[in-house]
Amino acid sequence: MTEDFLVMLAKVITGAHGRWVGCSPDTKQRIYFANHTSNLDALVLWAVLPPEIRQSTRTVAARDYWTAGTLRRYLAEKVFQAILIERTRPTAHDNPIEQILNAMGESCSIIIFPEGGRNPGLDPMPFKSGLYHLAQKRPDMELVPVLIDNLNRVLPKGEILPVPLLGSVTFGPPIHLLNGESKTAFLDRARQALVKIRDL
Amino acid sequence: MNTKFDNETLWLVGGVMALLAIATVLGQLLRMHMGGEQSSKTVENLNARIKAWWLMVAIFGFAMITGGIGSVVLFGITSFLGLREFITLTPTKPGDHRTLFWVFFVITPLQYWLVAVDWYGLFAIMIPVYAFLFVPLRSVMSGDCDRFLQRTSTIQWALMVCVYCVSHAPAIFLLKIPGYEGQSGKLLFYFVLVVQLSDVLQYVWGKTLGHHKIAPHVSPSKTWEGFLGGITTATLIGAGLWWATPFTPLQSAGMSLTITLMGFAGGLVMSAIKRDRGVKDYGTIIEGHGGVMDRIDSICFAAPVFFHLTRYYFT
Repeated sequence: MTEDFLVMLAKVITGAHGRWVGCSPDTKQRIYFANHTSNLDALVLWAVLPPEIRQSTRTVAARDYWTAGTLRRYLAEKVFQAILIERTRPTAHDNPIEQILNAMGESCSIIIFPEGGRNPGLDPMPFKSGLYHLAQKRPDMELVPVLIDNLNRVLPKGEILPVPLLGSVTFGPPIHLLNGESKTAFLDRARQALVKIRDL
Repeated sequence: MNTKFDNETLWLVGGVMALLAIATVLGQLLRMHMGGEQSSKTVENLNARIKAWWLMVAIFGFAMITGGIGSVVLFGITSFLGLREFITLTPTKPGDHRTLFWVFFVITPLQYWLVAVDWYGLFAIMIPVYAFLFVPLRSVMSGDCDRFLQRTSTIQWALMVCVYCVSHAPAIFLLKIPGYEGQSGKLLFYFVLVVQLSDVLQYVWGKTLGHHKIAPHVSPSKTWEGFLGGITTATLIGAGLWWATPFTPLQSAGMSLTITLMGFAGGLVMSAIKRDRGVKDYGTIIEGHGGVMDRIDSICFAAPVFFHLTRYYFT
């Protein structure tokens, strides 16, 4: 109920629809990694997924942000089934990668924002290493780059009231970690895969 | 703002529905008889357009039944959606965010409220004068001067074309034409019908006979054959609908000619903006037609001129 309402609201406000240009919608386990420019990103990406995929897709989100306030906590836990991770000080016994892998199990897909924070600029910032570690641990999974466009104009950083411009969410061709590829090379390639969606 | 639902209205609505019914049958026949890849794509697009037409006629018909206020709300929503597509293509900056909020949620509804309460004096100057002064003022308060003139003028342009110009269509209800009281709904129907028929007929003539491109750099699909054929036939049909208007047949022909020429101009200008921004359509909301702005570009230019001609000569 809440889910249907939120999906509808997100689509009406942002006019966003998913454009699958590099791959087709599929329920197999995937890691969707996207650029992060607005607080609406997670909601809209999740909303444009077809319902059966949405059911089994969880968003990796910052615990400090999503547990501040009752509404955010409710949305994160009950609606998005977010995987809340510590971004301020990860410790050995609170390893976000292990936590994400456990939460995914054998059936869930995830959405992550590898820039680690919202970026007001046009091109994504360098990626944090989490994507690399996930790719290493689960080489069987497709890594799907997702370019979110225009949502920073709908709700820029620091604003509360959204303006109803049209956003778009484009799914690019999946990538995999290559044999013997270094962390830096992989993260750079992943970032390029995201940027290149603009030209598709 | 009351309207009578008289026999003439029934004829207009019935005529359009009959026309659409014929188009639907022809479209399906074409689909069954055409096997080729290239032609089937055109036919698919044609059928999608016809289907969307049914929906648009249903919505417009509903607005007509609810009288003036329904039309004001309908065109208000249309302006809002068109403005949204237009601003999306316009490079504004975060410093314009609050301005845009005002533009969408205060200025646009206000303009239509002025139509609804019949306040012509402010309706005519609110956007050209007061929004014109307000938009740069609100943006300058953000302190961002980068491309300031470009940003503020595109926002003002968007307001003028998507809101101010379009609002002149429902403003037809404001006209007090002697001997035509309470019948403005028919005049609005006449106006929208002639504009849209002209678009459709230009498309049909252009697809069937078109060879000589009229503006190859701006809109490759527009041809001289489509232009002349479409304008002529739409003007003749418009003249033939004089009985639903306060005009004589000759006056009605003149009005229709003006409407179709302005509509063509609107399509051309809005195409140039699309080329400039590197897109084919303004949006994807109406299957086969593109966005709202793709459908109403001709109304934007034709509505104010039709409104003022009628106001000057017939009230």
